[in-house]
Amino acid sequence: MRTKNTILFSLISTFFLIFLISIWKILATLQGLSINSFNIEIIFIFGFLISLAHLGVGDRIKSIYKSIIFSSIFVFCDGFLIQKLPIWYNVGVFLILYFFTNKISKYTFIGLKEEHSTQVILFDFLTLFGILFFSFVILFPFYMMLITSFKTQIALLVNPLDFSINFGQDIKDLFKSYFVIFKSYKFGKYIVTSTIVSVGTVIITLLFAIPAAYAVARLNFFGKTFLSTSILIIYMFPAIVLVIPLYTIFSQLGLRNSIEGLLIVYTATTLPVAIYMLQGYFKSIPKELEEAAILDKLSWFGIITKIIIPLSIPAISSVALYVFMIAWNEFLFSLMFLDNPNSFTLSRAIQYLSGDAETPRQYLMAGSVVVTLPVLFIFVYFEKYLVSGLTAGSVKG
Amino acid sequence: MNDTLANTEKKTAYILTLPAVLLVFSIILFPIFANIWISFKEVELKDIRIPEPRAKKIIKSISDEPTKIKILYKLRNSSLIQEIRDVSFQDNFPKNFEIENLDPRCSYENYNLKCEFGNWPAKYRENFQVKFETNDGSKIDKKNLKSIKPKLDGKSDNILLNTNFTLKNFKKVLFENEFIDLLLTTFYYTFFGTVGSIVFGILTAQMVNQKFYGRTFMRSVLLFPYVAPVVALAYTWELLLDPNSGTLNSLLLNYQIIETPINLLGQKYIEISILGFDFKLRLALTTVIMFEIWRYFPLAFLFILARLQAIPKELYEAADVDGASPFQKFFNITLPQITAVISILFMIRFIWNFNKFEDVFLLTGGASGTRTLPINVYQQGFAISDIGMGSAVSIVIVVLLLMFMFFYFKLLGKRVDEN
Repeated sequence: MRTKNTILFSLISTFFLIFLISIWKILATLQGLSINSFNIEIIFIFGFLISLAHLGVGDRIKSIYKSIIFSSIFVFCDGFLIQKLPIWYNVGVFLILYFFTNKISKYTFIGLKEEHSTQVILFDFLTLFGILFFSFVILFPFYMMLITSFKTQIALLVNPLDFSINFGQDIKDLFKSYFVIFKSYKFGKYIVTSTIVSVGTVIITLLFAIPAAYAVARLNFFGKTFLSTSILIIYMFPAIVLVIPLYTIFSQLGLRNSIEGLLIVYTATTLPVAIYMLQGYFKSIPKELEEAAILDKLSWFGIITKIIIPLSIPAISSVALYVFMIAWNEFLFSLMFLDNPNSFTLSRAIQYLSGDAETPRQYLMAGSVVVTLPVLFIFVYFEKYLVSGLTAGSVKG
Repeated sequence: MNDTLANTEKKTAYILTLPAVLLVFSIILFPIFANIWISFKEVELKDIRIPEPRAKKIIKSISDEPTKIKILYKLRNSSLIQEIRDVSFQDNFPKNFEIENLDPRCSYENYNLKCEFGNWPAKYRENFQVKFETNDGSKIDKKNLKSIKPKLDGKSDNILLNTNFTLKNFKKVLFENEFIDLLLTTFYYTFFGTVGSIVFGILTAQMVNQKFYGRTFMRSVLLFPYVAPVVALAYTWELLLDPNSGTLNSLLLNYQIIETPINLLGQKYIEISILGFDFKLRLALTTVIMFEIWRYFPLAFLFILARLQAIPKELYEAADVDGASPFQKFFNITLPQITAVISILFMIRFIWNFNKFEDVFLLTGGASGTRTLPINVYQQGFAISDIGMGSAVSIVIVVLLLMFMFFYFKLLGKRVDEN
């Protein structure tokens, strides 16, 4: 049992180490180092030996010294056996090894004798692996988007693997793609359009949704249950089904290529979820406050503006942020309704830009950064509000 | 007294909800019915324009006679397919103009020429000419004449409003449109996209539910693909996967994992042999599904994490006392607790993936075997300009969705009964 567990532990930890080193190698390759192989066999042998040695040494040496010794040995052998690489690469390897040996330091021979110890080990390492794997897989495209926007056409063609940025160059050269898209492709105008459309949608949606949500939450009227259930059913209706009739109607009314047209459609598509989210929150506000207001002869308008709105700022902000995000990211309707470059939104403008095969990719990526940054910034900054919005409104997407 | 109070309450409620209800009905419900209507018609993109009677005014002076002038109106029906009925025409002239040879269809009163041209068939053209002479012998100012524009009016059928219906669109959708292929592609895309995103959602939620350093940061990062604009992400992926100088292919070539670049988004099939069996994998479709999973697993993650955090700790403590292994805990405690969320997620994601248009459109445009039903709506309606066909495809989508929902709820209802 002990031998089997020891070998399993060493294997699992070794695979984890291989994964760590491979990611580091990929990142190093992207900084222009010529690494042509992962050398999995060599790292496997070392990792296995280190795991075994770690168990064998046990508590005889303080764990910090142990980690430093193992890491140094690995770095030395890595540089000696595989290939000589710059100092920063080796420092990285050292840190990875230090992290790795620290992670395995809690496993001992005694612990391995326990029941389910291999499963516990597998679970622990799978979690660690998952965290790193998902961070890498998710962040890598964003990283690539950002880096590409700072490169030049020639640099991208000569060595597509070189992600290093020369910060020594002139600011004007570094941000060249951004200057170009704002100057030649009128991205400034598109940002304004996108902002007007998104903020406009938020304002109109709230104007319509707050009274309606209040009525659904508080007042008794015929058709109330029908209304509140149909809200969600309507919300599930796919946009692609609406596109053709809306296109024909908007063409005949002359609403295509206009901001008003987009505002109407965006508001209508976000209203159901806004009402749904708000009425849920309004219901949680104590009724006594309104009863006092009714005694003070406040009209419904007064009740909404003086009591309901001030008390539900958190819910209103999360609705507002969520609606903003939907309107800012929206693509299908802007593709269908806008064909005049003067009325493009950012998303549509980037799609239009990519339609021309001649457009250098760094411009495309610069545009993508411009459209992504505000949303990510808002998301990170107001995460608490947005997450509740996402969960409630998640039927859409 | 009580009754009036209830009445005012009702009235207030209607006033408060009316704007929202009207807007949603006119923009969402009405188009759905309009869609059904259009799908039974033969309509093309060009038919949407309402036909107009048009006239181009050409002024010709007559040599040697400066007091006389010929005016030619090139009349036409702007539509190539529809007739215009009861076309009326009006034009004004200076106060000293007298007309020669009045056309029987017209009348000339108070220096105002009025004509009733009757019905114009489609593509109708006519050169309509009138001659004038000034009654005081003064010369004619051509520029002034040209600046006055004739007014035309006519009635036409809006092709969308007439009652000629046909089943041709549906026949075409179901029998001439590689319908089975479309359906299968859509199904693969939807099913594997949904299952994949839920599986990754479970994995990541389980992961973030452990305690580790940087957990809140991790949670935000996991949501990035879901909140970022699809346009930016799709083009980034396209660059990443580009066969010529994309990062992924370059990396794989660099590490000698592959010998020639793989066109992940442009190749329909790839041959894979596993244990001597040759498989044909739909490569582009698989890539698109990967993107789909990558972009939407955060949603499953968010849902499942919320559920995981609500599982009572006592359950795990009791399991620990009983000596359960981590896998036993996962399969016997965690999984049963999240099945309800998963079944809701499955339905929501299935419906939305079924209708997903942007992702496929931006990545491949529907080429190399990635043509799904929503892409087909766009292609029929706007690339081939057959609005009626596009509508019919979208009606098929709605019907399929309703069928799916019906069976899903029936199945779910049965399971609930058994429990």
